[in-house]
Amino acid sequence: MIVVACIKQVPDTTQVQIDPVTNTLVREGIPFIINPYDTHALEETLRLKDSHGFKAVALSMGPPNAEAALRKALALGVDRSILLSDRVFGGADTLSTSNVISAAIRRLMDEDEIGIVFCGKQTIDGDTAQVGPGIAVRLGFSQLTLVDRIERIDTGARTITVRRKLEGRYEIVEARLPAMITVVRELNRPRYPTVPMRLASAKAEVERWSNEELKLDVNSVGLKGSPTWVSRIFSPQRAQGEILGDGMNDPVAAALMLVDRLVEGDLLAV
Amino acid sequence: MQQTLFAGILVASLATFVFSCYRRLALVSVGAGEYRFDHPMTRLKEVLVYALGQKRVMKRPFGINHGVIFWAFLVLTLANAEFLISGVFPNLNFTLLPPPLHGTLSLLFELSSLATMAAVSLAFLRRIFNPPYEEARTFEAFFILSMIAGLMAAYFGVHAAEIAMGEASPSFSAPVSSLLATLLGHTPLAGQLPVIKAVSWWVHAVLLLSFMNFLPYSKHMHILTAIPNVFLRSLGKVNSQPREEFAEGRTFGASTVDRLSWKDLLDSFSCTECGRCQNSCPAAATGKQLNPRMLIHAIKESLLGNGSSLPSSADAVAASSAASLIGKGEGTVSEAALWSCTSCGSCMESCPVFIEHLPKVVKLRRHLVEMEARFPEELLNLFENMEQRSNPWGMAPSERSKWSSQLDLEPFEAGKTEYLLFVGCSGAFDARNKQVTVALTKVLDAAGVSYGILGKDEKCCGESVRRLGNEYLFETMANENVNQFRSRGVTKVITQCPHCFNTLKNDYRQYGLELEVIHHTEFIKGLIGRGSLKVKGGEDLGRVVFHDSCYLGRHNEVYEPPREVIREVTGAAVHELPRNKENGFCCGAGGGRMWLEEHEGTAINRSRVKEALDQKPATICVSCPFCMTMFEDGIKEFTGVTTQVKDIAEVVAQNL
Repeated sequence: MIVVACIKQVPDTTQVQIDPVTNTLVREGIPFIINPYDTHALEETLRLKDSHGFKAVALSMGPPNAEAALRKALALGVDRSILLSDRVFGGADTLSTSNVISAAIRRLMDEDEIGIVFCGKQTIDGDTAQVGPGIAVRLGFSQLTLVDRIERIDTGARTITVRRKLEGRYEIVEARLPAMITVVRELNRPRYPTVPMRLASAKAEVERWSNEELKLDVNSVGLKGSPTWVSRIFSPQRAQGEILGDGMNDPVAAALMLVDRLVEGDLLAV
Repeated sequence: MQQTLFAGILVASLATFVFSCYRRLALVSVGAGEYRFDHPMTRLKEVLVYALGQKRVMKRPFGINHGVIFWAFLVLTLANAEFLISGVFPNLNFTLLPPPLHGTLSLLFELSSLATMAAVSLAFLRRIFNPPYEEARTFEAFFILSMIAGLMAAYFGVHAAEIAMGEASPSFSAPVSSLLATLLGHTPLAGQLPVIKAVSWWVHAVLLLSFMNFLPYSKHMHILTAIPNVFLRSLGKVNSQPREEFAEGRTFGASTVDRLSWKDLLDSFSCTECGRCQNSCPAAATGKQLNPRMLIHAIKESLLGNGSSLPSSADAVAASSAASLIGKGEGTVSEAALWSCTSCGSCMESCPVFIEHLPKVVKLRRHLVEMEARFPEELLNLFENMEQRSNPWGMAPSERSKWSSQLDLEPFEAGKTEYLLFVGCSGAFDARNKQVTVALTKVLDAAGVSYGILGKDEKCCGESVRRLGNEYLFETMANENVNQFRSRGVTKVITQCPHCFNTLKNDYRQYGLELEVIHHTEFIKGLIGRGSLKVKGGEDLGRVVFHDSCYLGRHNEVYEPPREVIREVTGAAVHELPRNKENGFCCGAGGGRMWLEEHEGTAINRSRVKEALDQKPATICVSCPFCMTMFEDGIKEFTGVTTQVKDIAEVVAQNL
């Protein structure tokens, strides 16, 4: 049985700046990281590999430099890393992205049974939370979002029970396998790569699948397959705050001024 | 007949002694290679000062007692050699020497034996009533002391009987034996003199040979290994750790004795369990699992238990996990103990025979981090933050220069600015320490120093990750910094953080980068000394105490400059804390502990803050951003305290 972790390489958004002229992200010098939620998806995949002996596969769609994220997944212990990369995939929105990833997973299904596909609940650059559900729908998998705990997996009966973390409550859900699960950060603590694994991953192969392998209609992928597109991107202007009182020498008075101001502005319930 | 019997016993004893020593010391060769024979003349000098001179032993008052036993032991080695030789060849003895020389030797032996008797008795009483540490009251310790006392008694027995029997004449060169001989003559034993002589002689013989054969199996092995250990000491301060070669198929760090160096293993045989290290260790003093003495003991136990089966075992993985130094039980150190080391170096500073504890801790940590990715959970974020954003908090690198946004500072440019001011992560991101950075720039500006900063391009030096055992990550960070320093032509650096100071100065040297690194306390002292900086001398700041940073003080021996700066500003000498300079007590933040919770025992910083507050100071002066954080945090736990914590730079800036 294969467990798949879908990961995305994203710019470290705390460091992102927007070019005021072109309205595009300034990518130069910005480090890329694995989308933080996806690190938990990856960790859960590895835990199931350790506990159930499943085969762990990391999957990512992106430009060639996304290979770095997949290499890190290899360092952490996945058995295979596959990069879905092709010029025709470029400019994809969430719909065409889920088309491509679903096609890749179908291709994996030809090799072995797929048990679970893990995705982060959303990415920190797009924040749509749509790709995971998109994959579930296209593949006809059970859709389990916002999972913070795997209760149990019954490989015989092909069922899984999970806990979903919702607003103000939890929900225990049982579903049929295969399932697509989006995860929240409380699910686990990601591991850290050992040095021998890091060194080995530097030479290990990251498989590259293009549309030649996936054979999708070019009109269903990339910009052409995307019904939505970004018309403008900008950072909201934040007004400069003001410094109240003298916190260094009279912190009590400064704190009182702050409380008064918050109450005045009706920002604090009293 | 007696000579033949003794000759047989002597040969057998020497043979077993040599065999025991060989069997034990051969184990040292399972350790990894390390070159320790450079500068032989310097090494001999160290032996003279520290081994023969007992310099470190006698730093503690009771060490004088050891000095007496040690020197007497050296003198009596001659007497014992004569004893063994004349036991086989009775005519071969010191009476063959010219009488004045023989007389002098005899007097020396008598006095040494008497002094040893006295010193051993004192040691015995001390161990009963005031031991160096509670567990020091071992059978072995009392047994050895009794044996030595017995040897001395037997020595006098032989000589007193000889004089009483008229075989030798009473003289001033044998005052004790002569006195005893006179006393013997007045006791009922006077008729048994030949028996007394024979019994004493055999007691002396048996004790001497038993003592010799007991040595290799006891902590008294140090009698044989301590002097070589001093010769083989690290000649510089042990303030850095060796690099690792990152290539596939290698293992990193150490979890078994064969992965330590042979010198690490020799250290374990040189430990005499005196307890100086544990008594100065901040972790041990505050109830953590770490005890530096037990770390060395565990290595010795593990070496004795597993040394001969490593590393040629068929099933290497199983063997190494069975022989692991990290774990629970005899011959192991717990993970919690390893993580509680603050790398302050007080254990190494106090060890009379220069055992190097810290490199062993780091090697074991490296194994945990690099081979097993096992470490306290707080460190996961630290490592990721360092790797992704090159600072411990995971702040955006673009925020690094925010502290200077209101200041008019130059970027560093070779040729235009003389010094690089390396701000460090705390100085750039931490609210309290940013004030120190600003104060420092004010001081530098007032003195007209030509300096620049790297701003957003500055990166973390990697000090904490190196001490935490993440050498792989450190290597990456060090390379980035070294490359940046090279390409920008940086040659002179002022640091505000002693951790940056030590890493830029001592760690980066391993990367071929020789920088002139100077900590701001030294730099300010120089500015005042040259007259470039005028301070309002004699400013009354009330009582000022100074807390030594381990990485500025113990690891780099910068003790006086901060004190001199305070004296210049206040006109008065610093009020010293009870534990100061090389005996300074860590704030608790070194060795990467800055980023770890303190779950066990009591808080180290609280203990140190209390020590400082007991001196009723108006100001506690520090010279390190980590110390600043630990003191500011610690002082909050004491109510009604008006004492302020200030960095030296702030004190100076306020008095320009």
